[in-house]
Amino acid sequence: MSDLIRMNASDLVEAMNAGQVSSVEITQAHLDRIAAVDGDVHAFLHVDSKGALDAAAAVDAQRADGQNLSALAGVPLGLKDILASKGLPTTCGSKMLEGWIPPYDATVVTKLRDAGIPILGKTNMDEFAMGSSTEHSAYGPTHNPWDLERIPGGSGGGSSACLAAFEAPLAIGSDTGGSIRQPAAVTGTVGVKPTYGGVSRYGVVALASSLDQVGPCARNVLDTALLHSVIAGHDPRDSTSINKPVPDVVGAARRGDVKGMKIGVVRELSGEGFQAGVQTRFDETVTLLEGLGAEVVEVSCPNFPHALAAYYLILPSECSSNLAKFDGIRFGLRVGDDGSKSVEQVMSETRAAGFGPEVIRRIMLGTYALSAGYYDAYYGQAQKIRTLIAQDFAKAFAQVDVLISPTAPTTAFKIGEKMADPVSMYLNDVATIPVNLAGLPGMSLPIGLAPEDNLPVGLQIMAPAMADDRLYNVGAAIERELLSKWGGPIWAQAPELAGA
Amino acid sequence: MTAISREEVAHLAHLARINIADDQLEHFAKQLDAILDAVAQVSQVDTANVPAMSHPVPMTNVFREDIPVASLAPGAALAGAPAVEDSRFRVPRILDEE
Repeated sequence: MSDLIRMNASDLVEAMNAGQVSSVEITQAHLDRIAAVDGDVHAFLHVDSKGALDAAAAVDAQRADGQNLSALAGVPLGLKDILASKGLPTTCGSKMLEGWIPPYDATVVTKLRDAGIPILGKTNMDEFAMGSSTEHSAYGPTHNPWDLERIPGGSGGGSSACLAAFEAPLAIGSDTGGSIRQPAAVTGTVGVKPTYGGVSRYGVVALASSLDQVGPCARNVLDTALLHSVIAGHDPRDSTSINKPVPDVVGAARRGDVKGMKIGVVRELSGEGFQAGVQTRFDETVTLLEGLGAEVVEVSCPNFPHALAAYYLILPSECSSNLAKFDGIRFGLRVGDDGSKSVEQVMSETRAAGFGPEVIRRIMLGTYALSAGYYDAYYGQAQKIRTLIAQDFAKAFAQVDVLISPTAPTTAFKIGEKMADPVSMYLNDVATIPVNLAGLPGMSLPIGLAPEDNLPVGLQIMAPAMADDRLYNVGAAIERELLSKWGGPIWAQAPELAGA
Repeated sequence: MTAISREEVAHLAHLARINIADDQLEHFAKQLDAILDAVAQVSQVDTANVPAMSHPVPMTNVFREDIPVASLAPGAALAGAPAVEDSRFRVPRILDEE
């Protein structure tokens, strides 16, 4: 087989079905690629060669046996280090969980294993998913394969970078305020944050429970849909899981027809702060959609400019509560337990040693926003703004089928550029946060390179709750047109990595 | 407008059970101040008669079938613990000695 690492997941499955290649060969090709380039990219925190090859061999045997297999059986994957995986380290990019090996699998991991998807390893992330650049990982940053001096987005920069570096054809991310979509945008890959409750959160280390959602990542729309359909569905172990049929995302990804659809451009997600080349590619995509027969209109979501501020009160509040479990008692790090100190002293020393500066900032901010005297002015007010944003969406979706915007205001910035200024880092999430606040699904897909820096630009598509299929329908229509315009996938325009 | 003080940072750190060194308090005070400044715009939004939203999908009393399933064996549950004694989590001193 020619270049296995550059093939789409769906094509790999076809090749396996035709007997042209085995899952072991595919998995080994990706492990070899990781060995060759991950020293430069650092997408993985832990590589599980044996586990991946064993799973691949098992799928090969089942296929030879003529068993009925899942649509992605035998295609390997990178798993964000926020999902508990039995027998595999799960650190969340934190020293707090260094060396911790979960005794159970997250529901999503169980579904991946049941689908015969070999897990190559755990991907790097901002510590406890707090960040937009993967620079807040306690194990060092991940580098963007398009330019190793730049960030791969965050928090799921390991998952996006492993796709862009051809270390894996599939990856799992989690998205609380953009952690799947913004990394996809800056690496020229596809990522979807499903409807809140569409994918189980059982076994996913919680950042902000009312916002977190696990989702699929790949290099094209169809592969993303295939992975979406593997991981989605009701889970009795997650009480916020939605007990309804999974939308037909695969059918929508194969359809890709926007003729007659109404598409809304969000007026508030453009203009000041958005890079010129990002806006250029976005405007071209609007023209492209019109050419395909969609009716594109501008819609106003007047409360979106307050979403970022509301989010950075709600998220720290929830995370300050969720991260209380890291107290050095039941798992992970314990510091200073020399027999002379009280449990509270040991907790305080453990948390100071185990948490990095961004995590400490957000826990303290949340503690402040929830404290007596400030609760109504900060957390309470932010929750009311959350209602206004959900109402903005409801009004918009009364007029249009989907909304679109640039995914991120800029292309990938340089590593180190925003580390000293938390507020400027937070601004990266300005366009991705609204759907998390409202619990809606969102996709990012590549729409070209910004002319000024030749770095990938992402388009965000947003849909009503449980209408995730609309993302894939619109995304597939755009992707088909762009592939024919470019004469191939966007990554063909990326520079070769030195290790290759 | 907020101007959070060193003492407030120390108080927050205590509430959150995070030991912050004295020479770090000023640093965190400045950063928290900048963040609070940026999020303070929430106060300018008119939210009279707007209900608070704590969760995107309103659900109450979510139950699952009461079916016994295998749970973690004690050894597996304790395998990641920092300290174990007699099949239990061993914890630092909880009560004062006096």
